[in-house]
Amino acid sequence: MATTIHEPPEIEPRRRGEPRNGGWRNLVPANGDPRVVRDYSPPPASTGIWVVVYAITMTFAALTSALVVRKGSSLDWQSFSLPPILYLNTALILCSSVTLEIARRRLATFMGGKAIPGESPARWLNITLVFGLLFVTGQYVAWSRLRAEGLYLATNPSSSFFYLLTGAHVLHVLGGLVGLLYVIGKLRKSELRRSTLDAASRYWHFVDILWVYLLVLLWMKL
Amino acid sequence: MHDVSAHAAQHHAPPQGFIRKHVFSLDHKVIGKQYYALALVAVFVGMVLSWIMRLHLGWTNLAIPGLHLLSKNGAPGDIMTPEYYLQLMTMHGTIMVFFVLTTAPFAAFGNFFLPIQVGAEDMPFPRFNMMSFWVTFVAFLVLVSSFFVGDGPTLGGWTQYAPLNAVGSVGGPGEGLGVVLWAASIAIFCIGQLLGSLNFITTTLDLRVKGMSLMRLPLTAWAWFITSCMGLTAFAVLMPACILVILDHVAGTSFFVPSNLVINDQLQPHSGGSTLLWQHLFWFFGHPEVYIAIVPGMGIVSHILITNMRRPLLSHRVIIGCMAAIGILSYMVYGHHMFVSGMNPFSSLAFSFPTLVITIPATIIVLIWIGSLYGSRLRINTASLFALGFISMFVSGGVSGFFLAQPSIDIMLHATYFVVGHFHMVMAVAAIFGIFAATYFWFPKMTGRMMNETWGKVHFWLSFVGAYCIFMPFHYLGIAGNVRRYQAFVNEYLQPLIPVHKFITIAAIATGIAQFIFLYNLIHSRFWGKPAPDNPWEATSLEWSTPTPPPFDNFGGKLPVVYHDPYQYGVQSSTGDYVMQASSEQVVTEHEEK
Repeated sequence: MATTIHEPPEIEPRRRGEPRNGGWRNLVPANGDPRVVRDYSPPPASTGIWVVVYAITMTFAALTSALVVRKGSSLDWQSFSLPPILYLNTALILCSSVTLEIARRRLATFMGGKAIPGESPARWLNITLVFGLLFVTGQYVAWSRLRAEGLYLATNPSSSFFYLLTGAHVLHVLGGLVGLLYVIGKLRKSELRRSTLDAASRYWHFVDILWVYLLVLLWMKL
Repeated sequence: MHDVSAHAAQHHAPPQGFIRKHVFSLDHKVIGKQYYALALVAVFVGMVLSWIMRLHLGWTNLAIPGLHLLSKNGAPGDIMTPEYYLQLMTMHGTIMVFFVLTTAPFAAFGNFFLPIQVGAEDMPFPRFNMMSFWVTFVAFLVLVSSFFVGDGPTLGGWTQYAPLNAVGSVGGPGEGLGVVLWAASIAIFCIGQLLGSLNFITTTLDLRVKGMSLMRLPLTAWAWFITSCMGLTAFAVLMPACILVILDHVAGTSFFVPSNLVINDQLQPHSGGSTLLWQHLFWFFGHPEVYIAIVPGMGIVSHILITNMRRPLLSHRVIIGCMAAIGILSYMVYGHHMFVSGMNPFSSLAFSFPTLVITIPATIIVLIWIGSLYGSRLRINTASLFALGFISMFVSGGVSGFFLAQPSIDIMLHATYFVVGHFHMVMAVAAIFGIFAATYFWFPKMTGRMMNETWGKVHFWLSFVGAYCIFMPFHYLGIAGNVRRYQAFVNEYLQPLIPVHKFITIAAIATGIAQFIFLYNLIHSRFWGKPAPDNPWEATSLEWSTPTPPPFDNFGGKLPVVYHDPYQYGVQSSTGDYVMQASSEQVVTEHEEK
């Protein structure tokens, strides 16, 4: 039974393989030294964000199953067309993911000591923030349109689920915006960790994908 | 890669001032103690509620002096109304399940010992950890506040079945504001537990000290890790379910109330909701919750038995595998709570099969405990006695689970006292014995003082005998057809069972009074107990390598290095028959010697 040893074994690095440019993990600046970046990767935030993503996925899975069961169990379901502005909002949040990815790569270059002259490191993060705020505003406009049509939260189960799912999603987007503000604040104070940036951007991409999923779900089921 | 930055992430400066040290503390050890204190308060509230209910069941319409102070309408003239019985029952179940069985074995001991056992200075997200406790505390206050507002707490039972949970005050006292407060409390509680799970998972995966591979984690650390994975899934589903209930109340939606529902000659305004939907959402949480309560106990019992047997269990890996299997299977069995709900009978069959399968890993764990105990020279102390008591309760309560797992038998036994006996033994008393075992075992490390062993043993025997006297007769009552959740037994066929109820009531009050021995021991030992050495039980895991009580950063500024498996007992070393995980000493095992 005993496995007594003389020296402690090296705990294997959880992230296998050499870092590659553009990959999720250990993103390194072009021609940069991978070891520099590794030191910026404290894992708890990286693992933690997956834990958060998992919990939110379970919450929306529960709401999805509630929608499916509720729709299937009764005859009071009245379908309605989604406000067209949702498609514009989808484009906005997709754009925000693109700009965030640009921000992440530029920041990797910046952290590797190869800043692009004349460009503020937070520029693309700010652009992402604007896209995020536009998305939230757009969702509010969508709710206003529905209200103008006389569709409120309690009007019909279909409208209940519309407000519930989009509202819950917007709350999570607001959480992502707070995360981005936190990243920008840390960047200004030169205290930004790679793991914080990566965690915030993974979360943002997740709420983006979550929105696309919700749009398809609402489009199919409402 | 064991990088320094991972540990730097959870490092924070020692707090200054009373508030930061003891109230809004970031220290996982203080947070663990806060959870323990909350559970202690909650368990006494829950116990007193059960006394009041038991007195009413034994002697119907008995005037309980002072009861009117709790509720004028619920207990006019100190005599409980039928509705108030149900309200107290709901609060008893909710408080015990959420604020005792979930918080004490998982959040309290896990918070205190998981970081130390993996060799970390703290959890990786201390602010979230602090929030997790205070959010839970607020949830408790919100729940208890329902005693004092409107027409009292909800009467729907801790399962809060639809449509009663969504119709509003027409459903009875507490079904309006009481339900909203209940659902809000549980939703807030879920947030707290999700934050806790986040910290537990990341601590286990990312903050292990050098040499601490996953298989070198003590079984307690594994149990907390598996429990936090279960909690993450379960509470993330319960929270939106509670929000749907609140919306049905305050926003006029119709998630759970079916169409054409008439209550008290009033047609309900809701339309088309699904009552089964609530049951699915609730039990998807509810059944894993049973294991959230019991799996930490399995880890604690294994840890304590190994230490006192002075030898490892027959298989470390199989125990871990079985606990993980229980964690995964717990999500596939929840429909066994719904055999008589009107669900498709084929679904019952589908849920019955994994329900029987989940008994296999549970049985394997028990057999490993018993097989390992066989022939061992167990050190008898209060902690090991309570660990044995846990096994006894788990087996006694688990056996009745075989009957309930089969839909054909469950149709007869459903909603009878048989079920009450079953889950109180296998989930409640077993888990509480796990909490007691852990308290007696870790108290020296948590406070720096030893608990009184004599009083501990008295406490054990009174609790052990008392628990059997209370809960074994429940099985008999259930088989005799005594339905649960009735506030009085007026039917003729139930009359011969009244003496059994009286016996149970006396046993419950006596066993409850015996718990004051524990409370006295706990408080007295905290201040006047014998000072504890660093390693009073001659144990091996990392929590015993630190000073007693552990300093702010757990290891005094120098992280340990792990050289050994967690349970190196029965070896020859300079310390005797064991070698600690953090000891670099080379040892010879009995096996190698031969």
